[in-house]
Amino acid sequence: MKMKKSLVSWALVAGCTFSGAVMAAPPTPEMLSYACAGCHGTNGGSAGMTMPSLASQSKASIVDAMKKFKSGDRPSTVMGRLAKGYSDAEFAAMGEFFSKQKFHPTTQMVDAAKAKRGEEIEDANCSRCHIDQGKDGKDDTPVMASQWLEYLKMQAALYDSGARKMPKDMADKWNKLSKEDREALLHFYASVK
Amino acid sequence: MTFDRRSFIKLVGSASGLALAGCATTTGSGDAPAVGKTAELMPKGSARRVVVVGGGYGGTIAAKYIRMLDKSIEVVLVEKSKQFVSCPFSNFYIAGMTNDMNAITIGYDKLAANHGIKMVYAEVTQIDAAAKKVVTTEGTLAYDRCIVSPGIDFRTEEIEGYNAKTAEAFPHAWKAGAQSTLLRNQLQAMPDGGTVVMSMPLTPYRCPPGPYERSCLIAHYLKKHKPKSKLILLDANPDVVSKKPLFTKAWSTYYKDNFQYIGGKKVTQVNVAGKSVSIEGIEDFKGDVINLIPPQRAADIMVKSGLVGDDKRWCPVDAISFESPKAKGVHIIGDATALPSDGPPMPKSGYSANSQAKFCAQNVLNLMNGKPTVEFSGINVCYSAISDHESVSIAQVFNLQNGKIKSPATAISPADFSLTKAEHAYGESWLKNILTEMST
Ligand SMILES: Cc1cc2nc3c(=O)[nH]c(=O)nc-3n(C[C@H](O)[C@H](O)[C@H](O)COP(=O)(O)OP(=O)(O)OC[C@H]3O[C@@H](n4cnc5c(N)ncnc54)[C@H](O)[C@@H]3O)c2cc1C
Ligand code: HEC
Ligand code: HEC
Repeated sequence: MKMKKSLVSWALVAGCTFSGAVMAAPPTPEMLSYACAGCHGTNGGSAGMTMPSLASQSKASIVDAMKKFKSGDRPSTVMGRLAKGYSDAEFAAMGEFFSKQKFHPTTQMVDAAKAKRGEEIEDANCSRCHIDQGKDGKDDTPVMASQWLEYLKMQAALYDSGARKMPKDMADKWNKLSKEDREALLHFYASVK
Repeated sequence: MTFDRRSFIKLVGSASGLALAGCATTTGSGDAPAVGKTAELMPKGSARRVVVVGGGYGGTIAAKYIRMLDKSIEVVLVEKSKQFVSCPFSNFYIAGMTNDMNAITIGYDKLAANHGIKMVYAEVTQIDAAAKKVVTTEGTLAYDRCIVSPGIDFRTEEIEGYNAKTAEAFPHAWKAGAQSTLLRNQLQAMPDGGTVVMSMPLTPYRCPPGPYERSCLIAHYLKKHKPKSKLILLDANPDVVSKKPLFTKAWSTYYKDNFQYIGGKKVTQVNVAGKSVSIEGIEDFKGDVINLIPPQRAADIMVKSGLVGDDKRWCPVDAISFESPKAKGVHIIGDATALPSDGPPMPKSGYSANSQAKFCAQNVLNLMNGKPTVEFSGINVCYSAISDHESVSIAQVFNLQNGKIKSPATAISPADFSLTKAEHAYGESWLKNILTEMST
């Protein structure tokens, strides 16, 4: 299928080509992923305080997020519209690319007291899935360490309103915590480098 | 300043060594022509070299990604200004929502140091594809391949009475920097009760939603600071050409008392002394402040170098390599291009230029290294503010289908404005990330 498309486009282009270009191949995982950097930062390391970093996220977590954006299962501002332009194979290619990028540490203003409280309660509540203080994205669990606090707060608000569904086992923990403790956890994760 | 190719080359040939003044702040097509120097500037060593012309949204990224992808290639980035002021978000500055031009200004030092890019601050006066060199105001540069992302200039010759001084009276502010400050100052100096007239050209022009965003932000400024004043937007297009449901809703919801949109009004004459613009000499619009955005084409250097197409405006390119059919080894990206498209083309946006730059970089390397080129897959997203705390967007994916660029997915924000505040926050991060991409 992909082969046939390349051949057709090559044939059409060859008719007016002047560069002596050989047959064009489908876009590589890197090239697909580079297009995301205008928003998520070079190689998925975000400098914008509301935009999530993708660098070092697990492949499964990226693919899972993209599929949910595409189906509307996960609410979004822009990702749902963009995800409709890609296939599952392209999600996998981009997930693979971002999972190989270096962890992107950030330096952000967090409330030290809240971060400390978060550190005290994260092990008992969240570390089963958000392992190594959120640095390691296991399976479909996103990397939380150094993620931008503003972004995490926006997503937490979506969880709280019910617009974004969370895994049942996460909900069991999350729903038992006070509003203050949930926020403390976000401050903690944002501060981990 | 029309300038045919032959007399230009003559001038270049005879004027080497002339000092060059005033090339850094181009305000339109009214400047004295820059003069190239014939001496070789930076003789090429054994490494293969790519010269990138223009350090804006496209050029910085092309230079950076060539070096990220292949360190054996020497990259020289030629830019006429030491600093680049971003058009995206300049409307906030114009409308007084930020006073800090630094937030939209980048330099090149970190980019150059991080990636080993060689900077040359000079104006390119000729791209000589036959000799594989670019002529600049500081000397010539030989290349193996050249990538050009020079942005736009204006077809001011289509407006009667428009001369070198018109942009000082009726700023376009369609290249950010001094022009943005000029428009901002005029708006602030205008007494309450005044009329602001904006005029925008027929498509295609740089940033389709840009004039509508600006109208919202100026109307917002007037509503807040000069409530007896009004804004009229004269659109040369018969109707709103970008994010129509969203802008018309913003106008009628927030600005119905101080804003008027009029489609199908193409400004053909200016009267600076009378502070008015005219539609075909039939209808005049007077303004205390006039923001006249003239019709556009690829930047002057593309016209001078014979790289524009039959329309004399935009540069045709190959949809895979971005190589010019008119000049072997010269690749063109960004606003200056007319890409082969099936359906609505990629808009002339910063995001498009960023996406194109990366594929161009990769395919220039593939051609230099004898590898197969790769098909395009890129994104355009444009955030537009509709007030000081709300934004909307268009999001598009583009890829190659049957030799042409086509969008499999294009959609605008929901019309219920449920996401405008979140998008405003994300839009700010978009700017931060894309400018960081360009400058580090
Ligand atoms: C008001 C406004 C708002 C906008 N908002 C958005 C937005 O929100 N999102 C978005 O994606 N896009 C937006 N845009 C569009 C965006 O600014 C352009 O599409 C983008 O800048 C195009 O990139 P480019 O590389 O083609 O040109 P530019 O970014 O203009 O870069 C061209 C560079 O080349 C240099 N140059 C030109 N000629 C020569 C020469 N002869 N020698 C040496 N150097 C030369 C120039 O100095 C300049 O630095 C907006 C535009 C405007 C006007
Ligand atoms: C216009 C800016 C923009 C572009 C371009 C963009 N994203 Fe996003 N991305 C966002 C925003 C904003 C969010 C938060 C969800 C939302 O509101 O859409 C997000 C969220 C995500 C998430 C979820 C991250 C997490 O930790 O939960 C993933 C994964 C993602 N994007 C992947 C991508 C990929 C892959 C691309 C390129 C194909 C891409 N994005 C292009 C803006 C963008
Ligand atoms: C059972 C495993 C599990 C537990 C326990 C868990 N999480 Fe999660 N978490 C996930 C998964 C999986 C996702 C991504 C799934 C989704 O929502 O789409 C996620 C996503 C998140 C996100 C969104 C991140 C982003 O990038 O969008 C936040 C915030 C979060 N978790 C916080 C917490 C906190 C705080 C705790 C402890 C109270 C916790 N989680 C406990 C599995 C878990």
